[in-house]
Amino acid sequence: MAIVVGAITTSHVPAIGTAIARGLQQDPYWRAFFDAYRGAHDWLEKVRPDVVVVFYNDHGLNFFLDKMPTFAVGAADEYRYADEGWGIPAMFAPFRGQAQLSWHLIESLVHDEFDVTMCQEMQVDHAFAVPMALLWPGVAWPVMAVPIAINTVQHPLPSALRCFKLGQAVGRAIESFPQNLRVVIVGTGGLSHQLEGTRAGFINKDFDLMCMEKLVSDPTALTRYSTAQLVDLAGSQGVELLMWVAARGALTGQVSSVHSNYHIPISNTAAGLMVMENRRNVLASQRYTEVEWL
Amino acid sequence: MDAHKTATPIFGGELAQRGYALNKMCYSFNHATNRAAFIRDEEAYCSEFGLNEAQRAAVKRRNVLEMLQAGGNIYYLAKLAGILGLSIQDIGAQQTSMSVEAFKAKLMAAGK
Repeated sequence: MAIVVGAITTSHVPAIGTAIARGLQQDPYWRAFFDAYRGAHDWLEKVRPDVVVVFYNDHGLNFFLDKMPTFAVGAADEYRYADEGWGIPAMFAPFRGQAQLSWHLIESLVHDEFDVTMCQEMQVDHAFAVPMALLWPGVAWPVMAVPIAINTVQHPLPSALRCFKLGQAVGRAIESFPQNLRVVIVGTGGLSHQLEGTRAGFINKDFDLMCMEKLVSDPTALTRYSTAQLVDLAGSQGVELLMWVAARGALTGQVSSVHSNYHIPISNTAAGLMVMENRRNVLASQRYTEVEWL
Repeated sequence: MDAHKTATPIFGGELAQRGYALNKMCYSFNHATNRAAFIRDEEAYCSEFGLNEAQRAAVKRRNVLEMLQAGGNIYYLAKLAGILGLSIQDIGAQQTSMSVEAFKAKLMAAGK
């Protein structure tokens, strides 16, 4: 059977992609940020995943406002990055999909009442590609991928609770997949930032650090925030925290924090990184009881 | 827009409907040929996508707050900003009436 070995959550700022393209990893502005990913590289070397399931938000590459799915699951053999007009060079090698796992996820999610949009073609933007390049620099790519897009462009957005439950349903689906695959969940976006309005440049370090702590110890605490509260506390784009909440939902009730980093600023953003490992000794029957009351 | 909406616009149904033409134009900038066409003849390109007066004026004035008020979504507007050679810090500074240096310093200070 497939197992979820853990999750990595990371920011996905477009400027990171530009920095990679220009080879600025050791530039004074960037060095501490990039160096922090060694902790993730070491862990990935140890757990050696076959597949990553990536929760990310599309920024107007694959989806336009004409038809905006709340949740969309890729079901293709290959995914490509494409020009999104933001100046990141088309430097990312194509990403191999795992369509069988995708369809299994779709079957299981719809059975669990998550009526996802199914995508046999799906271009992936910087929110997918930049984290892949951060986690596997210069290596194209030692894992297969299944992208899951969550709408954070056009309100109403799904709630944190809904995203957490989606993550739980994804975790259950993966662990009922009959092939022996080691799966790492990736959640991209955040942490606090805001690009627009007279509050542009808003960053909330206290809130971010609280979220990073709760994500490990008590993720259901984060599911109590409405999306309006998340926008208020984390900024208009800080609401991408929803991807982190979804990724955490796919893990067991208890996780070990392997590595983390918090760095202000990258562009307009408070950049975060977390590596969490599933505690395998948690009995499957006890895994999801902590949120039954919700 | 009232002060709260100007500080943190929520891009829901009302703005999404108001800004549809502007955002659709910006969505077209995913393609280099369309970016070139905009640069060649900006007004013609805006007409082709049916931008209203407020949207055209905001684009002409390079005014991000006005674009937002006209229904622009920042993810789409960022594609336009790229064509105009404006970074995220440039447009942050413009919206907050700060110099770019002061805006960057504010971001750095948030980490202290």
